[in-house]
Amino acid sequence: MSTDQLLLRKKTGIRWLITMAWRDSRRNRFRLLLFMSSVVLGIAALVALFSLDARVRDDINNQAKTLLGADLVIDSNQAPDSTEQRLLDTLGNQRSQECRFSSMIYFNRSSGTRLVQVLALGGNFPYYGNLETIPEDAGTTFREGQQALVDHTLMLQFDAKVGDSIQVGELTFTIAGVLTKAPGRSGLSTTIAPPVYIPYRYLQQTGLLQKGSRFTYSYYFQYDDQRTMEDQLAAIRPVLENKGLGYETVESRKKSTGRQFEDVSRFLTLIGFIALLLGCIGIAGSISVYIRGKVPAIAILRCLGAGTTQTFLIFLIQITVLGFIGALIGALLGTLAQQVLPFILKDVLPVQISTDVSWSSIAKGIGLGTVLSFLFGLLPLLSIRGISPLITLRVSVEQKPVWRNYAQVLLLAVIFLFVVLLTRMQMQNWMETTIFVSGLLVTFLLLTIVAVLLRGAVRRFFPSSLNYIWRQGFANLYRPDNQTILLIVTIGLGTMLISTLYLTQDLLMKRVSMSSGENQPNMVLFDIQSVQKDAVTRLVSQHHLPLYQDVPIVTMRIEEINGMNAAAAKEDTLSGIPSWAFGGELRVTYRDSLTGTEKLTAGELAAKAYQPGAAVYISMEERYARHIRVSIGDSILFNVQGTLIPTIVGSFREVDWAKVQTNFRVVFPAGVLEDAPQFHVLVTRVPSDKASAAFQREVVSAFPNVSIIDLGLILKVLDEVLGKIAFVIRFMSGFCIVTGLIVLIASVYVSRFQRMREAVLLRTLGASRKQLYAITALEYFFLGMLAAGTGIVLSVIASILLAKYSFDASFSPPLVPLLVVFFVISLLTVIIGMFNSRGIVNTPPLEVLRKEV
Amino acid sequence: MDTILDVRSVSKSYQSGNKKLTVLHDISFSVEAGSVVAIVGPSGSGKTTLLGLCAGLDRVSSGTIEFNKMRMDDKSEDERAFIRNRYIGFIFQNFQLIPTLTALENVMVPMELQGERHIRAQAVSLLEKVGLGDRVHHYPAQLSGGEQQRVSIARAFSTSPKILFADEPTGNLDDETSAKIVSLLYELNREAGTTLIIVTHDAELAESTQRIIRLKGGHIIADEQTHHSKPQL
Ligand SMILES: Nc1ncnc2c1ncn2[C@@H]1O[C@H](COP(=O)(O)OP(=O)(O)OP(=O)(O)O)[C@@H](O)[C@H]1O
Ligand SMILES: [Mg+2]
Repeated sequence: MSTDQLLLRKKTGIRWLITMAWRDSRRNRFRLLLFMSSVVLGIAALVALFSLDARVRDDINNQAKTLLGADLVIDSNQAPDSTEQRLLDTLGNQRSQECRFSSMIYFNRSSGTRLVQVLALGGNFPYYGNLETIPEDAGTTFREGQQALVDHTLMLQFDAKVGDSIQVGELTFTIAGVLTKAPGRSGLSTTIAPPVYIPYRYLQQTGLLQKGSRFTYSYYFQYDDQRTMEDQLAAIRPVLENKGLGYETVESRKKSTGRQFEDVSRFLTLIGFIALLLGCIGIAGSISVYIRGKVPAIAILRCLGAGTTQTFLIFLIQITVLGFIGALIGALLGTLAQQVLPFILKDVLPVQISTDVSWSSIAKGIGLGTVLSFLFGLLPLLSIRGISPLITLRVSVEQKPVWRNYAQVLLLAVIFLFVVLLTRMQMQNWMETTIFVSGLLVTFLLLTIVAVLLRGAVRRFFPSSLNYIWRQGFANLYRPDNQTILLIVTIGLGTMLISTLYLTQDLLMKRVSMSSGENQPNMVLFDIQSVQKDAVTRLVSQHHLPLYQDVPIVTMRIEEINGMNAAAAKEDTLSGIPSWAFGGELRVTYRDSLTGTEKLTAGELAAKAYQPGAAVYISMEERYARHIRVSIGDSILFNVQGTLIPTIVGSFREVDWAKVQTNFRVVFPAGVLEDAPQFHVLVTRVPSDKASAAFQREVVSAFPNVSIIDLGLILKVLDEVLGKIAFVIRFMSGFCIVTGLIVLIASVYVSRFQRMREAVLLRTLGASRKQLYAITALEYFFLGMLAAGTGIVLSVIASILLAKYSFDASFSPPLVPLLVVFFVISLLTVIIGMFNSRGIVNTPPLEVLRKEV
Repeated sequence: MDTILDVRSVSKSYQSGNKKLTVLHDISFSVEAGSVVAIVGPSGSGKTTLLGLCAGLDRVSSGTIEFNKMRMDDKSEDERAFIRNRYIGFIFQNFQLIPTLTALENVMVPMELQGERHIRAQAVSLLEKVGLGDRVHHYPAQLSGGEQQRVSIARAFSTSPKILFADEPTGNLDDETSAKIVSLLYELNREAGTTLIIVTHDAELAESTQRIIRLKGGHIIADEQTHHSKPQL
């Protein structure tokens, strides 16, 4: 008997199963494709991002040399001394140097002023790639005379033309060309301080080289032979480290650029991943309804002697093949989208992107889509094994779900593991993976709970006095096999992503613009030399502007922490002091009191003025202190431009960095730094753009070395930057919403037949077509409202929490945009629902009653 | 003659809530190979339940069922499925054709399950025999009730089963069509020697068989031979 049985199983084999799967799909193909289309967008998003990622990696590799423009770059934040200069002169086959700093420039024709980054360039840099300019040769020819290259956004802003002149410090330069791209400078970094190139030999004459301003010197080296570069670098590395000089090679630039991009790409990939998961949940929902419709056919097969595994496999083959097709279509769409993504992302991408097809990404996407839809489809398919042949004799038979539950729990565990592993592949470590996965779980859970609660509340308070159409439309949300919760979760999550994004952006903007409100400072003048201070202050009062702050600034470096210098800290890994604690330039002020944006959190400010010879008690910003592993009572040796000053950490402060104000990581007591080389910062408020322009003009022409930050401008730039980022994220979140809508289409379609029967019954009982339409429309309107409502409720909660804990602000949600989102989503739901149900009302009753599929 | 079906002291009860509902009480009978038996009784008397048990679609609460000298009640679901496929045919009141398969494919399925390959011609000739030679590629929804029942007869006989269970095969059909269906059944019984077990409300149909088992309230109240030595209309 059992050998006989084995024989049978062998003979029917996989071929028959495939034949049956194919036969059975003939009359459901459209429906099955519709289910699978839920994954299409998720896969498309992922494939597009994978491809982009692969492209960027390739392009970073291919363009690595032009990213740096040279083979080796050495950076320093002060002019080299003679030994350093001698060392630098021995390196490379070709050399260029660059000095860059912030400065105001003045456009002579439009009399506009603006803070820019001035780059004084000597030599033939870049050796790889070009300074891309209009006209094309300006990138090299500007070095021949007193000429400048000006960033294209600046040119637009001041309506300047090639041939106009600009004032940089005390010199006038002719604009030789418009700068569109320079090696290593991309997108966002240039928005706040746009670059202006001038020839190095005019640097001295601009008169901007005074002490106090922050200068960065870069030395670019070109090597004919890579090995020579490596050998020379190895030889001078100890010297560089000792002198606190940074260096970059093509290799290291490649890595850091790659890392920057990875952050962006990882974030976007996660959103794509969420869209895919939503689609998969949609598949599980649709398939489960689909399988319930298949129960009679499965029972017949079982009656005719098909084994449990056989019937199960027939449908498993169906969904696997369709999952594959869905993934294939998704990969195709993703490849198409990849042609557009580089344009959308151009401001956050580090390199010029080619749009070649990435086959490995396509393969990855197809594999992922197939496996995920297989796993999620399997979930409802498992119930097939419990279907009894007895159903052929009577319609309802109790199922024995015991073992099936075990299998489902097991499968859920497998799915969970799979999702965790996939996430881990996107994330850098297990910590982030855990946060993301549990965040996702909590979100789904919350969405489900809110959905259930909202639905329950509406049911509870639904006026039973309403007329039949309203009640029927509403009751449809509870029909057997309803997918109300599934739809609320999928559409709700998309809505939530988009509205949270909007709310956070709104919150940020409000926060920033609040600090620009009445009587709040909105302009900062810095790099003022001590001798200029009184004159600048006078100019401020001549313009009837208030003086909010007048702060001296001394630049210094940390030499030792508790007797440990950079080299010792590097040896002693146990100390935990990061190496950057020693290298960086600190801007420090001195005073005896706290400002309005500071709070003392530990220790005390130096009580009385400093007495010569006594210990110097400094105050540190708490977070900074924690990062460099310093606690109260520790001793720190500062190097103030050559002079060593020993200090003791006396107190910690908490600083609100968000206010427009000068804030400091380290504050010295009065009486120590008064004679050190220093510059001053003034904070004031200008009442209007016009007053601002007039004032800036006068400051720049009288004190060319003074730089000005105009908060109005910063706000505009910030808005622009946030807008660009938000657009990208919104684009990705759109995938989630659309996936939700596709799940909606599939689920409407899957219940089509049931709806037809009902419609026929209602029509037989005398309902008019208009009434039937109204019922359907109301049903989807309720559904859309619940979904959008759920998403919005959660996003408002998230934003309130964010406001409270991250921004320390109160938050009142902007009503109008949320209402717009609410109604747009509801309306979209109604339109899709109605469009999908259009046949239902028109089909002749007889056709419906005869139809079994 | 050999005994093909042997039912001994079979009871069936359902648990509904904490109440136990016994639907069949201590049923015993046996059926000879090649005979035609009718099971009759009022609605709710347990006819369908009994049929389901005999055909191995359900498990007994107590007692034993032997089919062709094989115990049915201790087999696993998949083993019973195998026995069904090899030896048992079914006809249902509401036809139970697979809606996504054509008439031809519906007939082919049981043979395909046995691993047979080149059966298309055989299936077509079965359909021709039940008078549906021109409807082979129609889907069930495109056929009338009588036509669907004829497809299901062709399907039931495609594997030459030893026994065929029919639950009210004519219940949904008019008299004339019913007569055609029954004569088809009898014809196939005569040609292949298939045992027929027919549940019916149709007294005339019951009378035309060789033996009538009467059920009431889950008990056999009568088990009588009619005077036919062969089933006849
Ligand atoms: N799963 C079940 N749970 C509880 N009771 C059941 C179940 N299935 C059947 N019954 C009961 O068993 C009894 C017999 O049902 P059965 O379907 O066998 O009757 P029948 O003789 O075929 O009736 P009819 O002629 O109307 O088809 C009925 O009272 C029915 O309510
Ligand atoms: Mg019955």
